[in-house]
Amino acid sequence: MSRWEVVIGLEIHTQLATNSKIFSGSSTAYGAEPNTQASLVDLGYPGVLPVLNVEVVRMAAMFGLAVNATVAKRSIFARKNYFYPDLPKGYQISQYELPIVVGGELFIRDDAGDEKRIRITRAHLEEDAGKSVHDEFEGSTGVDLNRAGTPLLEIVSEPDLRSAKEAVAYMRKIHSIVRYLEISDGNMQEGSFRCDANVSVRQVGQVEFGTRAEVKNLNSFRFVEKAINFEIARQIDVIEDGGVVVQETRLYDSDKDETRSMRSKEEANDYRYFPDPDLLPIEIEDSFVEEVRRSLPELPHVKCTRFIAEYALKEADAEILTVSRPLADFYEEVAKATAGDSQIAANWIIGDLSALLNRDNIDIQDSPITPTALAGLLDRITDDTISGKIAKEVFDGMSTGEGSADEIIAAKGLQQITDVSALDAIVAAVIDTNPAQVADYRAGKEKLLGFFVGQVMKETGGKANPGQVNQLIKQKLS
Amino acid sequence: MHKTACIIVAAKFVGYLVRLEIPDRPVPLTKEQVQHIAILARLQLEDDEFEDVVSKLSKIVDFVDQLQAAPTENVVPMAHPLNMSLRLRADDITEADNRDRNQENAPSVDSGYYLVPRVIE
Amino acid sequence: MTASKASDALYLQTLTELARGLAGGEFSSRELTESLLERIDAHQKSLNAFITLTADEALAEADLADKNRATGAGGPLQGLPIVHKDLFCTAGVRTTCGSKILQDFVSPYDATVVARLKSAGAIMLGKTNMDEFAMGSSNETSFFGAVTNPWDQKTSPGGSSGGSAAAVAARLVPAATGTDTGGSIRQPAALTGTVGLKPTYGRVSRFGMVAFASSLDQAGVITRSAEDAALLLNAMAGVDPRDSTSADQPIPDYTATLSDSVKGLRIGVVRQHFDEGLDDECGKTVKTALAALEDAGASLVDVDLPNIGLSVPTYYVVAPAECSSNLSRFDGVRFGHRADNLKDLLDLYCRSRGEGFGAEVKRRIMTGTYVLSAGYYDAYYLKAQKVRQLISRDFNQAFENVDVIAGPTAPTTAFRLGEKTDDPITMYLNDIYTIGANLAGLPGISVPCGLVKKMPVGLQLVGPAFAEASLLSCAHQYQQITDWHRQAPEAFR
Repeated sequence: MSRWEVVIGLEIHTQLATNSKIFSGSSTAYGAEPNTQASLVDLGYPGVLPVLNVEVVRMAAMFGLAVNATVAKRSIFARKNYFYPDLPKGYQISQYELPIVVGGELFIRDDAGDEKRIRITRAHLEEDAGKSVHDEFEGSTGVDLNRAGTPLLEIVSEPDLRSAKEAVAYMRKIHSIVRYLEISDGNMQEGSFRCDANVSVRQVGQVEFGTRAEVKNLNSFRFVEKAINFEIARQIDVIEDGGVVVQETRLYDSDKDETRSMRSKEEANDYRYFPDPDLLPIEIEDSFVEEVRRSLPELPHVKCTRFIAEYALKEADAEILTVSRPLADFYEEVAKATAGDSQIAANWIIGDLSALLNRDNIDIQDSPITPTALAGLLDRITDDTISGKIAKEVFDGMSTGEGSADEIIAAKGLQQITDVSALDAIVAAVIDTNPAQVADYRAGKEKLLGFFVGQVMKETGGKANPGQVNQLIKQKLS
Repeated sequence: MHKTACIIVAAKFVGYLVRLEIPDRPVPLTKEQVQHIAILARLQLEDDEFEDVVSKLSKIVDFVDQLQAAPTENVVPMAHPLNMSLRLRADDITEADNRDRNQENAPSVDSGYYLVPRVIE
Repeated sequence: MTASKASDALYLQTLTELARGLAGGEFSSRELTESLLERIDAHQKSLNAFITLTADEALAEADLADKNRATGAGGPLQGLPIVHKDLFCTAGVRTTCGSKILQDFVSPYDATVVARLKSAGAIMLGKTNMDEFAMGSSNETSFFGAVTNPWDQKTSPGGSSGGSAAAVAARLVPAATGTDTGGSIRQPAALTGTVGLKPTYGRVSRFGMVAFASSLDQAGVITRSAEDAALLLNAMAGVDPRDSTSADQPIPDYTATLSDSVKGLRIGVVRQHFDEGLDDECGKTVKTALAALEDAGASLVDVDLPNIGLSVPTYYVVAPAECSSNLSRFDGVRFGHRADNLKDLLDLYCRSRGEGFGAEVKRRIMTGTYVLSAGYYDAYYLKAQKVRQLISRDFNQAFENVDVIAGPTAPTTAFRLGEKTDDPITMYLNDIYTIGANLAGLPGISVPCGLVKKMPVGLQLVGPAFAEASLLSCAHQYQQITDWHRQAPEAFR
């Protein structure tokens, strides 16, 4: 594989989280009965006209500023003409020559772990098409136009990605950004965040790009990675067998883990783009852009850098904690509230809390343990009231609503035993009842220390302070 | 108006151009080109229509080719007669569910879906 | 010359006169509506001006109007009958655009124009015949058959608003709405001896007006006097939040300035218009009209529009391009004609559209598809939009020295039905004088200015953007010193 270089560009379509559609006043809410959110404008009735939603302009500008792109002072809507049942007007209102966002960049880690800049070509506004249902009606396809007219921001990267992993890393960053900005819920299952991958291969050292194939409609990070890897292997096989890669559109079949050619797109489409005469150019004032800039939240990469500095976190941990704003906010609340160090807060959130949320399929905003409550638990570990192990038991209790950390510790009597004389007695008892191990230990098997500690912990129901126990045993056996 | 007079009139208009360059006689449209356009436009033409369309379309294209000689260097294409910029609307939901009324004109619906012959992707 | 009109039969009176008569209690809306419906019925076969009649609804509305008048309620057009070109969507009423593809289509909503006239109190008697999807200059491309010109029923009334023009000229109704993309209001007005007003692009909302060429289409009216056109424009004009291309401009009272004098008015006469393309007698008639305005105090100034000769080819790139896209929604999926026994999706599209559209519409869709297609966009569409800029500049420059530009509306009087249907270019050249105003988005009006061999000739006035008030006052003043607009065709007096 090392004589081949992979070239990937991603086109990401993200649905903008507006209340109403881009060109009509219909609701964009997901899951409604078919065609109950399709107005005459969405249906492309004779005589209707599009009227632009101000919120989509604001959201596009936010994205542009977040990726360091230029927000165009003047941009134009164009018609992309083609026939398909889910496209009621027979054209999609999109942007072609003058998109609303031009340029841009973001940074990922490449396969070697080094920072890599990925350039963004452009981002433009367009309307989504409806949905087709092929298997419900005998011999027919059913068309639901609820989704027709939902605003989309199409984000196009330069072909700077060199592996499936890089592609996924880039996609994750974009996902994180649009959710941070609250311009999209990024819900891939519901189709509000979709990815098309343009993949090609070339010999290492070759200057021109190879012929690329487009794999459409990938709606999970996993599928993106698998589809791209399949496609890379497929293309290499084709070329090594003496064939030629065909420029075409392919669909990823997740059941079979393969891509296949789309029959309906065999004929090259001539979209006959021209500026939409029903819409005038969008003109954006500098003052509007400045206003948007002021309203931007702290962006993920900025927050991540700050976490590393402010909370002395490892980069890996900071990255995880800043993937989403609610998670990052949760962390900061805990870190500020606890007397313990910020690393312990990070560990517990990345570890136990995340495991709990995943298991029960809850969002961080709905966590049964609040930041203050968690901070309370961490404080008890920090002040040695309980050990880390006991803390897990307390945590479980907190997650099922048994009360705060203090309440549960008190109710179950989980305080660590730190009274030296009490411990002393127990240690002495353990030593007395295990003469063989004592002899072995004194003979050199130092690992048996753990055995003794374990016995003491058993006797104390886990409540002895391990550090103290350790010391006492060493003293007595020396 | 007489056909010849028409051609004279057209020639006179060409004569009013600032820079007069008589364009090369363009090749009329081929049947294949017309067939391709008909598919792009999703228009079925009957055999007897087809010949007529090829010939008339060629005439029209021939006619509009006069534009080629117009002096348009550094001229910005007109997107709109008005020098207005786009009015925006607030992000409010203003449409209710009017499915029944909207589907009154539909040739084929089932369970709220519009039906078309099965599409295989 | 405005002799008392109380003695004139109702059908001969203008909208303004009828409004006075109603207000003065001389007759009721019911009487008026009934008499016009009878008249329409009597002439429908020979003129074919209507596609749909809404007699019952109209009579009900007339009764309501009479009630309202008794209590003083109601708008400025209370109880006045009008008709709408079948390109305007009318709620609950068939809207066909003159096409088989919408033969049975009942619109679920009212166009803004329709709604505004309705709220001003106007009563709709029916939907008028038109060239299919507004594409044509003779009203011969309608699926519902050709309309005949009341002045000579072997001739065309012009198009695409042929039905509206014929209905008004034949005194079946006092006023009709129309649409004008390349001359479709003004040219039929000229050929039928009526007044046709196309406002500035964006003056009137396009919402609900089925789109032909979006950057050229504009709604307007056909009436028998400039005064009537002003009355209707008052009710129709104004920004519409549902039409992004409608202009947010103040609406003057167009009737208030009708009496403005033409003294000192600078009238531009375009050199390029008076050439071999214009019928001699028509040219003389128009010159006589200009002389009359001069006598009344206006001054005639020579004006040059150097690129005007390219207006027809420019139009025939831009308009088909836009319409090829606008008509893609007619696909047999959600409304409109659907072919039988469908094989597959491609069949659905190709046969529904192939069967539903007429020959001229198909030709224009094909032309439009061609000029937008890969490899041709720059040479045709982009080029045409640049030439359009040149033409617009020519007008702007001319308007630095004149207030209005005047000339013939059409190159000839009404031509025989069937005469021009063979060669598309010949037909297109009927719009030679009118198209420039559409390309530049400017307002234009045609007023009757004489007869040649007993057939009407129109004088066209074009003004700068939003100068409808000047056009209307100039036209109105012309109608004070001439009475061409009062002349009815022989068979309809």
